[in-house]
Amino acid sequence: MRKSSASDYDLEQFCDEMFMADGSPHPWALGLLETLDNLGSQRLAKRQEAAERALFDMGITFNVYSDEAATEKIFPIDLIPRLVRGQEWDHIERGLFQRVRALNAFINDVYSEQRIVSEGIIPVETIKSAEGYLEPCIGLTPPQGIWCHITGSDIVRDEHGALMVLEDNLRCPSGVSYTLANRNQMKRTFPNLFRSSRVRPISHYPSMLLQMLNQVAPAGNTRPNAAVLTPGKYNSAYFEHSYLARKMGCKLVEGGDLVVEDDRVWMRTTMGLQPVDVIYRRIDDKFLDPEVFRSDSLLGVKGLMRAYRAGNVSLVNAPGTGVADDKLIYTYVPDMIRLYLDEEPILPNVETYRCEDKAQRQHVLANLDKLVVKAVNEAGGYGMLVGPHATKAEREDFAERIAQTPRNYIAQPTLQLSRAPVLVDDHLEGRHVDLRPYVLLGSDIVVVPGGLTRVALKKGSLVVNSSQGGGSKDTWVVDGAQEMDGAQEIDGAQEMVDVPSC
Amino acid sequence: MLSRVASSIYWMSRYLERVQSIARLIDVQDQLGMDQPDTPGLGKWEALMRTTRSYEAFEKAYPAATPEDAFRFLTFDPDQPNSMFSCMTAARENARSIREILTSELWQQVNELYHTIRLASSELNREDQLQDRFLDKVKTSGLSFSGIVEGTMASGEARSWFRLGQLIERADQTPRILDVKYFVLLPSPEDVGTPMDQIQWAGLLRSASALQVYRGEFGAITPKQVAELLLFSHVFPRSARYCIREADQELRSVLGTQTGYFCNPAEQLLGQVNSQLQYATIEEVFNYGLHEYIDKLQTQIGLIGQRIDHSYFSN
Repeated sequence: MRKSSASDYDLEQFCDEMFMADGSPHPWALGLLETLDNLGSQRLAKRQEAAERALFDMGITFNVYSDEAATEKIFPIDLIPRLVRGQEWDHIERGLFQRVRALNAFINDVYSEQRIVSEGIIPVETIKSAEGYLEPCIGLTPPQGIWCHITGSDIVRDEHGALMVLEDNLRCPSGVSYTLANRNQMKRTFPNLFRSSRVRPISHYPSMLLQMLNQVAPAGNTRPNAAVLTPGKYNSAYFEHSYLARKMGCKLVEGGDLVVEDDRVWMRTTMGLQPVDVIYRRIDDKFLDPEVFRSDSLLGVKGLMRAYRAGNVSLVNAPGTGVADDKLIYTYVPDMIRLYLDEEPILPNVETYRCEDKAQRQHVLANLDKLVVKAVNEAGGYGMLVGPHATKAEREDFAERIAQTPRNYIAQPTLQLSRAPVLVDDHLEGRHVDLRPYVLLGSDIVVVPGGLTRVALKKGSLVVNSSQGGGSKDTWVVDGAQEMDGAQEIDGAQEMVDVPSC
Repeated sequence: MLSRVASSIYWMSRYLERVQSIARLIDVQDQLGMDQPDTPGLGKWEALMRTTRSYEAFEKAYPAATPEDAFRFLTFDPDQPNSMFSCMTAARENARSIREILTSELWQQVNELYHTIRLASSELNREDQLQDRFLDKVKTSGLSFSGIVEGTMASGEARSWFRLGQLIERADQTPRILDVKYFVLLPSPEDVGTPMDQIQWAGLLRSASALQVYRGEFGAITPKQVAELLLFSHVFPRSARYCIREADQELRSVLGTQTGYFCNPAEQLLGQVNSQLQYATIEEVFNYGLHEYIDKLQTQIGLIGQRIDHSYFSN
C-alpha cells in the first residue's frame, strides 16, 4: 500500500487544479483522492492500461502524418480527472456566452457595415489582412445572423489562479469527440466514484449539436437534412467526423458525394440524388468551393457557395468566420464585448502585445527571452517561440521574422499555466493543463459542462497540443456539498470571485 | 445510402473474399502438387498464373520464375494489385473510409486479418507458411466475416452490399478453382478413375471447402459431378448457381424490385445470368466445353460488376 496520493505530491511554484498552495486538496477533490488511495497504485496502473487499450480497440485515434508505420495513434488519456468546481464553471460559462455573442456580432459587422472600423477600434487593414477574412462573404447574412455556430476557446489559469482566454478557435474547432469518448471510458473505469460524486453530464452533446444544425437550416425548412462534410479518412480528425456523424445519425459525406444543381446541394446515393440542407463542414474555408476559393481544391464542392448565397444550404460554421481566428484580431475581443454588448468582459484575455504597433514591437524585440511569440495564423502549437526555452539562434530568427512582417506576430508573457496531477508509474506528478469548452450558438446558446482538458504530458512542457506530445483528461464539473466543511478557510474571503486561491 | 459508402462496403467485401480465394487457389495448387514429383521450372504454377490471368505480369516481375517466386507473387508482393497483401490492404482502406457504418467487431476483424498477413509477409518463407498453417488461418478468418456481419450488422442496405460483394466475388472465383484442375491435369484417358485422379479431385474439393458437401450429395468422386457441384449446386453456398441466385435477390432488395421486373441494366443482366444458370445442365456445359463455359460465365460476371458500378455507385 502506498502513501496517500497527496503526501508526496510536489506543487513546485505552480497553481494546481487539485491542491491548494499549502498542499492540501481542495474540498471538492477529497472524494476523488480517497478513491484513488483505496484503489492503490497497482490497480490504478492496470486501469490506465486497460483504458488505453480500449480506446485503441474502439479506434478512437488521430492520424499522424509523418509516421508511416503507425498512422493511427490514440490521444493519450490520463485517468485522473481534472476537477472544476460547479460555481467556477458557471462563471466560465457566463464568460464564454458573452464572448461568443460578441465574436458573432463582430463577424457579422465585418461583412456588413464595419462599425468597429468606423468607431476607430480596429484599423480596416488589420481586418482585411487577416487570413480568414473572405471578401466573397461581404453582404451575406447566414440564417438567423449566426456565423460562429461552434466555438472552442482555450482557457488557462495563470500562477495567481486567474482564468483567462488564451485563444479563440472558430474555423473548425476539434477535440470534442475525445471529450465524449474519455467520459465513456472514465465511467467504465470508475463506476462507483461516478455514482457517488455529482459530475455534470456531457453525453447530450451530439443531440445539442443536431438540434443546433436543425435550428440554423434555411428558413422554412421544417425537416432539414444535415450532413457532416469531411476531407476524408486521411484527415487527422477523421475519427471525430465519423463519430459525430454516427452519434447524430447524419450522413458523413466527402466533397465527391455532393453535387450542386440548380443552386441546390445534393448527395449521390444508391437511389439517386437526395437534397442536403445543412452542412457541418470540417473543411477549411479555402477548400470549400473551387469555383470561388482555391481552384485546385479536390476536397470541396463546385458551386457550394452559389447554393449558400442563394440561401439553399446552411454552412456551419459560416464561411468567413475564420477572420476571428486571427490572433491579432483576438486582442480586440474585450473591445468587441464593450462595443456590441455594452458589457465588461467576464473572462479577460491574456495580456498580449501587437507587433504591428511600433512601441509594442520594440518592447517585444527587447524581451524575446521572456515572451511567447505566436504567428497569428498558426495553430496546433506550430509557429511559436517560447522565449525562455528557446536558443539564441531561434530568438534571432523570430526577431527577423517579426521585423519583416510585424502584422503576422503577437507576443504574450510566458504564462505559468496551472497544473493538474497525472499518473506517472505509481505516483502523481503535476503537469500543465488548459481547457477547451465547445460553445454552440443556434436559436439558443449552450455549452456542455467542462470540455477537453489538454495536458502537456512531458515533464515541464507547456505545449498541450496532441501533435506535440499532449494528452487529455476528462473534465469533471462537480457540485459536491458533502465535503465542503473546510470551505470557508480554504476559499479565503468568500469573495464573488469564483477562482480558488492558490 | 451514399453511393461512395455502398461502393466501399461492396468492394471491401469483394476484396475480403478475394483474399480468401487466393488462399484457396494456392492451397489447391499445393494439394495437387504434393503427390506428384516436381517438374523443373515453374511447373504447375504456370497453370495457376494463367487461370488467374496474371502470367504476363508474373514473368515481367520475376524473370527467374521459380515456384517460390510464384508463391510470393500471389501472396505478399505489394506491387501486384492482385496479391493477397494488396487485396487485403484495399479491403482495409475501404473499411477505414466507412468506419461509422461498420460495427466495431467487423472493423476489428478486418484489422486483425490485415495484421496477420502483413506480419506473415515480412517474416516467413513459403515452407514456413505451410507449416504455420498460414493459408488455413486466412481461410478461417475470412469465413468469420459472414458470421460477424450476420451477428452484428443491422439488416438493411449496408448488409445487402456486403452480401453482394461476397456473392459476386464467389461466383467469379469458384469456377476458377475448377479451371485450375482443367489446366493442370487435363485427364489423360489412362488416368481417369485412378487413385491419383481421385486424390487430385478430392484435394480440389477440399480447398473449395466442398468435400464434405460433395460426399453427402454424390458419394464417389467423378469429374462431372465435381463440376456439377461447383457450378450448379442448389445447396452448396459457393456454387455459381447458388451465389448468383442469392445475389439477384440481394440486388433487388436495394430498390425493392419484384422478381420478373428490372429497374436498371444491372438488375436486368443479373436476372438474365441467374436464369441461364438455373436452367443449365452439366451435360450442356461439357458439350460446350468446360473451360469455354467458365470463361464466358466470368465475362458475364465482370459485366454485372460494371453495371452495378454504373447504376448505383457512379450516378
